[in-house]
Amino acid sequence: MKHTISVLMENEFGVLSRISGLFSGRGFNIQSLSVAPTLDPSISRMTIVTSGDEQILEQINKQLNKLIDTIKVIDYTSEGQPFVERELALIKVNAEDNTRAEVMRIVDIFRGKVIDVTPKSYTLEMMGTPEKVNAIVEILRPIGIKELVRTGPVVLGRGAKGWKSA
Amino acid sequence: MTGSQILLECFKQEGVDTVFGYPGGTVINIYDDLMKSEDIQHILPRHEQAAVHAADGYARATGKVGVAIATSGPGATNTITGIGTAYMDSIPMVVITGQVPTPLIGNDAFQEADIVGITRPITKHNYLVKDVKDLARILKQAFYIARTGRPGPVVVDLPKDVQIAETDFEYPEKVELRGYKPTYSGNVRQVAKAAKMIMQARKPVIYVGGGATLSDADKELLKLAEMIQAPVTTTLMAMAAFPQTHPLALGMLGMHGTYYANMAVTNSDLLISLGARFDDRVTGKIATFAPDAKIIHVDIDPTSIKKNVRVDLPIVGDLKDVMKKLVKELGENKSELKKLSKELAPWREEIDGWKKSHPLTYKQSKSEIKPQFVIEKLRELSDDDAIVTTEVGQHQMWTAQFFKFLQPRTFLSSGGLGTMGYGLPAALGAQAAFPKRQVIDISGDGSFQMNSQELATLVQYRLPVKIVILNNNFLGMVRQWQQLFFDKRYSQTCLELPIDFKKLAEAYGATGFSVSKPGEVEETIKKAFATDGPVIMEFKVSREENVMPMVPAGAGLNEMVLAS
Repeated sequence: MKHTISVLMENEFGVLSRISGLFSGRGFNIQSLSVAPTLDPSISRMTIVTSGDEQILEQINKQLNKLIDTIKVIDYTSEGQPFVERELALIKVNAEDNTRAEVMRIVDIFRGKVIDVTPKSYTLEMMGTPEKVNAIVEILRPIGIKELVRTGPVVLGRGAKGWKSA
Repeated sequence: MTGSQILLECFKQEGVDTVFGYPGGTVINIYDDLMKSEDIQHILPRHEQAAVHAADGYARATGKVGVAIATSGPGATNTITGIGTAYMDSIPMVVITGQVPTPLIGNDAFQEADIVGITRPITKHNYLVKDVKDLARILKQAFYIARTGRPGPVVVDLPKDVQIAETDFEYPEKVELRGYKPTYSGNVRQVAKAAKMIMQARKPVIYVGGGATLSDADKELLKLAEMIQAPVTTTLMAMAAFPQTHPLALGMLGMHGTYYANMAVTNSDLLISLGARFDDRVTGKIATFAPDAKIIHVDIDPTSIKKNVRVDLPIVGDLKDVMKKLVKELGENKSELKKLSKELAPWREEIDGWKKSHPLTYKQSKSEIKPQFVIEKLRELSDDDAIVTTEVGQHQMWTAQFFKFLQPRTFLSSGGLGTMGYGLPAALGAQAAFPKRQVIDISGDGSFQMNSQELATLVQYRLPVKIVILNNNFLGMVRQWQQLFFDKRYSQTCLELPIDFKKLAEAYGATGFSVSKPGEVEETIKKAFATDGPVIMEFKVSREENVMPMVPAGAGLNEMVLAS
């Protein structure tokens, strides 16, 4: 089962490799990972999407907590905590005479943006849940995607409370 | 103060009296300051791996944090096996490595290695110190992390320019790590539940691991076992945590455990696991491991719990604390305890039956020295508090089986990583900590040669370690597997070159004995123990003796091979 986990860590060099080394060394799977400093610059926040059975997820959780640099681990999926989730994708798609209008229509439907234009291509900005990003990718695929980059999802728990009081 | 002076000052503050290390270009400043220090004894082994094993042996024998120093590059990479060994067995240790000056880091400089990157998966934590202002804080944290919670090795990589740089020295009084707060106190409600489960059990087994030694909980363990009159089986790491001559002792369980320990675990209805981690060498096939037992698992490291087996009652906490609470809880109802002890009588009888029908044994010989016989004689002739180290292989298993350990911290052996070459330097470290106690390294001819250069260190520092080599001219344990599972195809396990170990000892200025007749064993051991300084006792033993009984890899504990 797919799990989305937030990890708050000391913002020290080498922390990313501690986490990625933990996952590769123990054979845990990483579907996506994104990381950046938080409001408090001494803390980094990482969002990891992983999968595994209940026992593996319990180990992932415990092993992440065991790292000295880990301050807090929140497994939104296990805790059943409602959360909001967004991912950003940049998509360079073929846009020649016969497809330019079609691509624009698709962008409008998905509420994306065109952020770079050439006579032969559009580069699109698409933000939404990973499922929504998947959907536009599938729709655009037959038209011809030249290049695609995705950030992997970032998440926050719903409601008024921040992680410190969660 | 300079960085290197700060390092030594921090050692002093942490109560470090002995360090094991090897100088080199990037630690030369530390060594210069070390020369002026009167508080710290420095021991120079002949290989950085041995320095780390010696610090490990020192830590296991004393319970204190072991300290090792190595230079950058090859010095640092030589420490890896030592660090991995300590990590797998949760041994508190701080390893200081020199590093090239910070401006050169990443340039493939001479003797540069990314030791923080290399040791990341085999340390509890590690640091690269980039600013001398951080040094005192980092060292304080390193020692704190190494010895608290589930202990482990911590590497501090110290670039040369940081050792030279100056700053005001102030040793922080407190450690503040917002991400590291080990749970010491066991949950009282969970402990009460455990007590209830124990009172209801009819076939309980206490299964003890290295955690009992690490938390110095041997007295509590003895109390608990005697209170409920339940049998106690120990892992390799815990052989000395429970007196092996005690009527409740079942000896070791697992692959080369006793028949009765494995049968007791297989037939138990409650397994009380104390500071053990259900290693694959202990459990055998998981599906048939203690199939009818409820499992209580006490461990300070939450990741150990439910990692390999299902657990009915987890308790996270320091073993000593949890057992104290458990003994108190159980002790509140004396009459119930008496009843329990009576209820368990049939279980103890069943176990006694297994003990009688399948004792640990071997066939004595009049012409050849049996390795097991040497171990029995060593126990008989050594002090109760003698510290025994081993290398890895057949001799290690025979020691675990036949050397009846009596006191905690007297058996030092590489359990998790299974490191050949561990025993001699570990004995060196233990002897440095306890110059007056008997220290014995039991080894095989294969393992001994992995760190035999340490004979020089023993002689130089007058460390009177007694080395026993059970010489069968084989890498015996692998040969045993080849005999049993590969139709006797002895691929690369015969050490064909006969080595004169007596002469080797003498070449280093130590004493050597070499015997091949059973009648000479006792006399040789007595002579060796009476000799000052380090001694090698070489026993030319029965070449194809096997460690029995045995659970073949992948089989269940109830599928033991009893003899070959």
